[in-house]
Amino acid sequence: MSYYEPKDLADFPNIGEWAAEQGNTFFEYYGAATGAGKLTEREKSLIALTVAMTQNCPYCIDAYTTKCLSLGVSDEEMMEAAHVGAAMMAGVTLAHTTQMRKIIKKKEM
Amino acid sequence: MDASEQLKILGAIDAIPSFFEKIRKNDKVPLVAKSIDILQINVGRVCNLACRHCHVNAGPNRKESMSRPVLQKCLAVLEAFPISTIDITGGAPEMNPHFEWFVSEAARLKRRLIVRSNLTLLTQGPYRRLPKFFAENRVEVVTSLPDYLEGKSDRQRGAGVFHKVIEAMRELNRLGYGMEGSSLVLDIVHNPVGAYLPGSQAALAHEYRDRLLTGHDIRFNQLFCLTNLPIGRYLDYLLASGNFEDYLSTLCQSFNPIAVDNVMCRTTLSVGWDGSLYDCDFNQMLDLKVNHDAPDHIMDFDMQKLAHREIVINNHCYGCVAGAGSSCQGATTGV
Repeated sequence: MSYYEPKDLADFPNIGEWAAEQGNTFFEYYGAATGAGKLTEREKSLIALTVAMTQNCPYCIDAYTTKCLSLGVSDEEMMEAAHVGAAMMAGVTLAHTTQMRKIIKKKEM
Repeated sequence: MDASEQLKILGAIDAIPSFFEKIRKNDKVPLVAKSIDILQINVGRVCNLACRHCHVNAGPNRKESMSRPVLQKCLAVLEAFPISTIDITGGAPEMNPHFEWFVSEAARLKRRLIVRSNLTLLTQGPYRRLPKFFAENRVEVVTSLPDYLEGKSDRQRGAGVFHKVIEAMRELNRLGYGMEGSSLVLDIVHNPVGAYLPGSQAALAHEYRDRLLTGHDIRFNQLFCLTNLPIGRYLDYLLASGNFEDYLSTLCQSFNPIAVDNVMCRTTLSVGWDGSLYDCDFNQMLDLKVNHDAPDHIMDFDMQKLAHREIVINNHCYGCVAGAGSSCQGATTGV
């Protein structure tokens, strides 16, 4: 048994349960933010997929892999996007060594 | 798998309500035709290809081919009634021995005349004359190109098919098809190469236009996005790949009540190779003839009874009302 069940992706429309006003506001914002604008739906779907993988959300990975497939994004394009995410996560980690290195240089004799 | 086995499988899904129940809850029963604007004529199930998504199960081993008397009756019906679109499909319609005669006769009626061609035959032998023949008869050519990437497209249609389609499209462009300022129309059909729904038709059209122009110097008019229906070889694929239940659930969860109002069966009548009548090509492949007191053979054509007939439905109908809706001319809502 897993904490995540694929069929629960279908329950996403109900995440406003017990907080209807906030839930509705979220969905309006979500639709506006992820719909085509100056960036195409395709570009936004790749961004969303990459974020989903870096944040380890299996629901979003499922939804956005399928969305990217439906928009004609190729396997290689999705994998390239995954590497952008991986490189960003590595870079974010390494950027925080700046603080570590400053502390070391201050405190070490 | 024959039609009755397929219907048994489609009827045995516990996880989703029946299509009838779904549209009943949305106050859409009975589903009734509005008119007959399109006469879609399936002139045979023989084809030079055997694509993995084919709901017709068409292929080189099929023998079904529409006879001259049935074709003549189709022409008589078209002459007698103002049906605005003649849509010739198959299999590979070019492989019907009466194809060129029928297209010439249909062209004289000055309706919108569509031929659905896989284009691969147009680069071979005696079929090489067809692009010019199509142009002379003002045929609107609709072809399938499931993806703009060769590898992905060929995974669905067979090795080497993409290359032949591109070659034929270049010849059609040379004759004026799909070109700015020309009235010769070349449309492309996109089918997902897998167990998922097509994305936004506008977004995909943009990608196809850009990639086919920059990669192959090809131009076309419209892109039609079609949902794969769980019938024929596509049903075989869903079952073999373990995607059947998830795909049917996806279709049900993506149910769009507006798409029900715009389903193509409300304005289309499908004629089978033997003259039998169906609400659509999908019903044809499941052997679900028109019913509810409407005549089920072209020889008994009766416009009064057929134009407002009740549509025969089953669970495969979820495919035409999922997401943006699907028809032989692409998305049916919000395009």
